[in-house]
Amino acid sequence: MNETLVVNGRRQRVSRLTRLLESEKALAAALLAPGVAILVIFIAYPFVMALWYSLTSIRVGEPGEFVGLANFTKAINDTIFQQAFKNTVFYTFWATIFKLALGMWLALLLNRHFRFKRIVRASMLLPFIIPTVLSAFAWRWMFDPTFSVMNWALYHAGVITDRLPFLSDGDWAMWCAVAVNTWRGMPFFAITLLAGLQTISPDLHEAAALDGANAWYRFWHVTWPLLLPVTLVVVVFSVIQTFSDFQLIYVLTGGGPANSTHLIATYAYQIGVGSGLLGEGAALSLFMFPVLFAVVWVQLRTLKRMDNA
Amino acid sequence: MLIERKWKKWVYFYLPMAVFIVFTLFPFYWMAVTAFRPDTELYATWRQPNAQPLWTLAPTLEHVKGLLQTTAFPTWLWNTMLIAIVATIISLICGMFAGYALSRLRFRGSEFLGTAIFITYLVPQTLLFIPLADIIRDLHLGNTPWALMLTYPTILIPFCTWLLMGYFKTIPKELEECARIDGATRFGAMVRIIFPVAIPGILSAGIFAFTLSWNEFIYALVFMASADQKTVPVGVVSELIRGDIFFWGQLMAGALLGSVPVAIVYSFFVEYYVTGLTGSVKG
Amino acid sequence: MADVSIRQLNKKYDNGFHAVKDVNLEIRDKEFLVLVGPSGCGKTTTLRMVAGLEEITSGEIRIGPDVVNDLPPMDRNIAMVFQNYALYPHKTVFDNMAFGLQMRGYAKDDILKRVREAAEILGIEPLLERKPRQLSGGQRQRVAVGRAIVRHPEVFLFDEPLSNLDAKLRVQMRVELKRLHERLETTAIYVTHDQVEAMTLGTRVVVMKDGRVQQVGEPLELYGRPANKFVAGFIGSPAMNFVEVSISGDGRWAEAEGLRLSTPERLRAHGGQRLTLGVRPEALQIANGAGDSSFATAVDVIEPLGNEILLNFRAGGVAMVARVDPGVRVKAHENIRFALDPERLHFFDAKTEDAI
Repeated sequence: MNETLVVNGRRQRVSRLTRLLESEKALAAALLAPGVAILVIFIAYPFVMALWYSLTSIRVGEPGEFVGLANFTKAINDTIFQQAFKNTVFYTFWATIFKLALGMWLALLLNRHFRFKRIVRASMLLPFIIPTVLSAFAWRWMFDPTFSVMNWALYHAGVITDRLPFLSDGDWAMWCAVAVNTWRGMPFFAITLLAGLQTISPDLHEAAALDGANAWYRFWHVTWPLLLPVTLVVVVFSVIQTFSDFQLIYVLTGGGPANSTHLIATYAYQIGVGSGLLGEGAALSLFMFPVLFAVVWVQLRTLKRMDNA
Repeated sequence: MLIERKWKKWVYFYLPMAVFIVFTLFPFYWMAVTAFRPDTELYATWRQPNAQPLWTLAPTLEHVKGLLQTTAFPTWLWNTMLIAIVATIISLICGMFAGYALSRLRFRGSEFLGTAIFITYLVPQTLLFIPLADIIRDLHLGNTPWALMLTYPTILIPFCTWLLMGYFKTIPKELEECARIDGATRFGAMVRIIFPVAIPGILSAGIFAFTLSWNEFIYALVFMASADQKTVPVGVVSELIRGDIFFWGQLMAGALLGSVPVAIVYSFFVEYYVTGLTGSVKG
Repeated sequence: MADVSIRQLNKKYDNGFHAVKDVNLEIRDKEFLVLVGPSGCGKTTTLRMVAGLEEITSGEIRIGPDVVNDLPPMDRNIAMVFQNYALYPHKTVFDNMAFGLQMRGYAKDDILKRVREAAEILGIEPLLERKPRQLSGGQRQRVAVGRAIVRHPEVFLFDEPLSNLDAKLRVQMRVELKRLHERLETTAIYVTHDQVEAMTLGTRVVVMKDGRVQQVGEPLELYGRPANKFVAGFIGSPAMNFVEVSISGDGRWAEAEGLRLSTPERLRAHGGQRLTLGVRPEALQIANGAGDSSFATAVDVIEPLGNEILLNFRAGGVAMVARVDPGVRVKAHENIRFALDPERLHFFDAKTEDAI
């Protein structure tokens, strides 16, 4: 019902539409609708479907039947999956450590004033900006067994006599993957840590220096503790991305040689799409979810504790 | 700034900085050199005594030409650009609306929804692509750009929402209240006052979303079947390897030219990108 | 032109906090009403409910003859000046002032005329093409006021508009606001925590505490006849001195440690009670002799302000302040005798704190 008030040119009728647009609840619902719709249709619903698939023997072209946890037990007993899981943990662990250490170092370097600072900072982000697949290809070319530029450089520098089996040996290949992931992710750490560094007042460093602290001591006792909240968030983002990484290994090694460099994601793809075993593929992917959830949960708890401290 | 000796500066700063720069940018240099190097030079093995891989004295455009003329690369460029722009626009609009609703409006369940949107970020694409392929097929969107234009926002919306939420929170609510007293509805105040003031934040979210769209791979790989629908990352990976032979010259040309558009757009918005990156972590 | 009527107004937040309790105010047309009180007393919440920025839990607000409880802010025909000015940073001064008129569909010429008019009144014509970030605090404040004037609203609402200005500017703007009000003759409701602003600007002042109205009245009435101890202590600077006293059985004397003062007529009925005595610093005079209503004490700290001297001392077991003429010659730790006019003594019930 429209509320008609004394019409005196100054107070108008309150239309229904206005009432609607004014109501916080109605407006909120309308504003959130499109985003939530997309997320529900393309994330929530497929997620539930994936859960369902993982419990069936569905394959391409065949709806399959309910098999309970069979896919999961098969995965746990699958040696390739065991290797893939180990690889993923290895990959995530080492890449994160290197990214953090190098990113921090780079952030400390970038925190100073020097000529060309802006252009250096901008270009340092390029590995992160450029599509992973494309830069991974460049690395693959750099690691090529026959034509590797790095083998060439090391050979001509007299460091090696025989070529290094960058991607042709399982262990070497994993370390190469760690290296490429570090190369790609380090700028992300560097730039965000740099922003964190810039919020630390220089007074603190000056006071510490006057107190007799050297650079390392200042870093460890002043900078690092103050940066912990930002570091924590960055690490969690990075862990989530790295743990579920697909593109890099897919392009760099394809999971080989002989399935020795698979990550959970690439193996799930190989089983799900390559072999068409959708149910098993879904089950494999689901192994990622609890780990990610645990990581985020730990982070939230730690952050909360830090807030209260 | 603390005073330090000159040699210290060289050892502790210039040297490491130089190493970082080389480490970071060398692969791109390598990409470029390979792209413009004739085949004869390219395939010099690592042990060959006269090989000089670090530069070429006879640059050639044959790979680039081959790429542009014999493959569907230009189409891939167009596809990727179009999809990235549309996905960014969709995500920005959804993110702006959702970010506003979650940060400025009070209603029951706003905290729950905020957390829920955060959780969707945790669900990896490598899990969803299997059932999503079915859904896309059922909606008859398979092998069309819309398959990606609608699914990319699932990765982009959570991020845009947080970033903009954080940004909106810094805008004093008196601005809105004043607009509402002045005669605007809540919606009107949002569009006329809040959004214009938040333009830097919107640009940050936009450029970040744009680069993320270019980077996406697995959905494009799974949903797009025919060569003329593929995006650059998928095209380069799947179409430029014939048989088991890698045509590195062309591949690197593809990688290079595929990187250039993103790099160019990024270079215009560096500050916004950095703000977006750091804002998402703080917020 | 409108009067504003607030009846049994209540505001309770979702977390249970009862911010505004049964507030009743009748604001007359053309009046400049000031709501004053400490932080958290509910004055801003009340103002925001009149503006339509907070939902009313219970009660009624009328502007003119109309109940506005459910009207959105833009339909109430009010204008508001915020503490932080709330100028739209992406618009020029002109556009800031024109925004409200544009929202209402006024003709371009009309807008131009009105904005120029308001700009002239406030002396900000040369600033019309600038953006807010190019203006000083005082200029921004004027633009904020100009934006409000331009709409010719029925009621002006001010939310601590002078708090962000430095002391000197504040005094200047106070005078200008008063002049403006006299010129525009529009009803105004003004919120502040500064009792000096309240006293100088308000035709009537409302003192609030903990969500309730403590007293409503003209400034001098609040000063001279405070309704309770809170109002007495809030209005006036330096604040009123308070001391616990016992009234003698016959009601003639108020007694405390080292103090024996004769009481006014009205205290006769309160013999034998313990009350709180209040005396303003300016009511303490230097005594000529040992009269009935005088006491002696030693001066602790002397604060010479130039136009007056503040004497800090102890009496009746509490610290007190007296305000005396600059000509008074006294040294620290010297003994001094004060005289009091019984009629200028305030008494408050020890429990309810109401005035007697």
